[in-house]
Amino acid sequence: MIDYSKVLTQTVCGIKPSGIRKFFDIAANMDDVISLGVGEPDFQTPWLVRKAGISSLEKGKTKYTSNQGLDTLRAEISNYIKRKCDIEYCPNGEVVVTVGGSEAIDATLRAVVNAGDEVIIPQPSYVCYEPITQLIGGVPVIIETKAEDDFKLTPEQLKNAITDKTKALILPYPCNPTGAIMERDDLEKIAEVLRDTNILVISDEIYSELTFADNPHVSIAAIDGMRERTVIVNGFSKTFSMTGWRLGFACGPAEVMQQVLKIHQFAIMCAPTTSQYAAVEALRNCDDAVESMKKEYNRRRRLMVNGFNKAGLICREPRGAFYAFPCIKSTGLTSEEFCEQLLEAKHVAVVPGTAFGKGGEGFIRASYCYSTEHIIEALRRIDEFVKELKK
Amino acid sequence: MKKELLKLLSRNARYTNEELAVMLNTTEADIAAQIAALEKEGLLCGYKAVVDWEQLDDARVSAIIELNVVPKADLGFEEVAERVAAYPEVEAVYLMSGGYDLNVVVKGKTLQDVSRFVARELATIDSVTSTATHFVMRRYKEMDVKLFDNKPDDRGQFLL
Repeated sequence: MIDYSKVLTQTVCGIKPSGIRKFFDIAANMDDVISLGVGEPDFQTPWLVRKAGISSLEKGKTKYTSNQGLDTLRAEISNYIKRKCDIEYCPNGEVVVTVGGSEAIDATLRAVVNAGDEVIIPQPSYVCYEPITQLIGGVPVIIETKAEDDFKLTPEQLKNAITDKTKALILPYPCNPTGAIMERDDLEKIAEVLRDTNILVISDEIYSELTFADNPHVSIAAIDGMRERTVIVNGFSKTFSMTGWRLGFACGPAEVMQQVLKIHQFAIMCAPTTSQYAAVEALRNCDDAVESMKKEYNRRRRLMVNGFNKAGLICREPRGAFYAFPCIKSTGLTSEEFCEQLLEAKHVAVVPGTAFGKGGEGFIRASYCYSTEHIIEALRRIDEFVKELKK
Repeated sequence: MKKELLKLLSRNARYTNEELAVMLNTTEADIAAQIAALEKEGLLCGYKAVVDWEQLDDARVSAIIELNVVPKADLGFEEVAERVAAYPEVEAVYLMSGGYDLNVVVKGKTLQDVSRFVARELATIDSVTSTATHFVMRRYKEMDVKLFDNKPDDRGQFLL
């Protein structure tokens, strides 16, 4: 018999599957469960974009594209970043079209991390940074951002985490799951710490269009001296409701992107062709669609914050992404207990904060990628649940 | 703001004032005052439920009637439109561009009811020159609400 422990790497076996998988299997098999669990938009991809994909298929555009992506798409991405963030990237050499933002994160980390190098990762944050770092032999250095700092990364925390081995900083803002954003002032302070180092910032800006502050999203690459030490990761999934199309991109200095492209070229070849044609349309003609989705998210966001606070679960105002991250410490339960009992008692599924790092203990993530009616009903049940707990 | 409020109410008239206030970032008192004013101005004309009658045995019949009308010199289509709208059997009346003049939605208990109403009431109005009756066979969507859509949420990725 084959001994798989000798076949598989220790690294991959050492990465634990998420413990809450089982919990969600229960949720998935429950009738009448009302979920605030998923992290993808409920809106359909705008019709113009779908039509562009269909039309490309009709025209027989079904071959590989160039490794870095279609010329027109890279040109549009370059325009888009210029328009939104006021940073210029040359479409030829500084932009790579990837399979979702995820591949861009993976390829960029692989391009910069040697075995033993440290990658600073603020948590609670999206679940992929730590395992990808481990898989390439890097050492994740976790910074736990704090509720009292609005889950922002502070310059002090960053300074304390930097060592001689620090290779990269993941900057996951607007943040899933906390809804935190970093505004220009915040980024200035982070830039101040990094400016004279050889640390590369991997700025995951996948939620850049979904911010609810007075000023629009600012990329750290737009801060003085940061363009040369930043790779911006973004994509189409969240902004344009295109999760299943698997399309993202990375923009950065040519020296880095050349190597990222090499990895992309050998591992992936090119991003899906149909998706690339559709994405051109998304960048050219969908500002209105994005604006109206954002307006709707904002209403839901208000409902969420109000509903949690009314139920006695302190919920800071999430300023970006599409999640509320209320504190459940007042119930005396751990995050996982809260989620399990809420599911059991009221058939409402939310995600324990601990799924996004130890620092998420005491919090839950509730997504507002659901209709207002759905959200109102879920909040009503949560309110009941909290009241019954107190009895 | 007024427009936003109307849009939300036309989507779901049962949002509470509190929910509306939260969504629109204002106070409940403000929402109550705005709604009262909109009702008074006649901008908010009523609140009704969207019902899928087909699910009840109490089946109803609807038809869309195309009316061709000779307009009156001074009143245009107004007089006949108002007269048609006054019937309780008539659910909606629209003045149309194109091949005919008035589009009338009529409801009744049976096909005969509706046919009789068209023949006896609508067709006999002086200025009506012709009618064409189209019966509704099935409703798929009513007032923005899909009546057939019971697809489960197929989004399964909890951690993304």
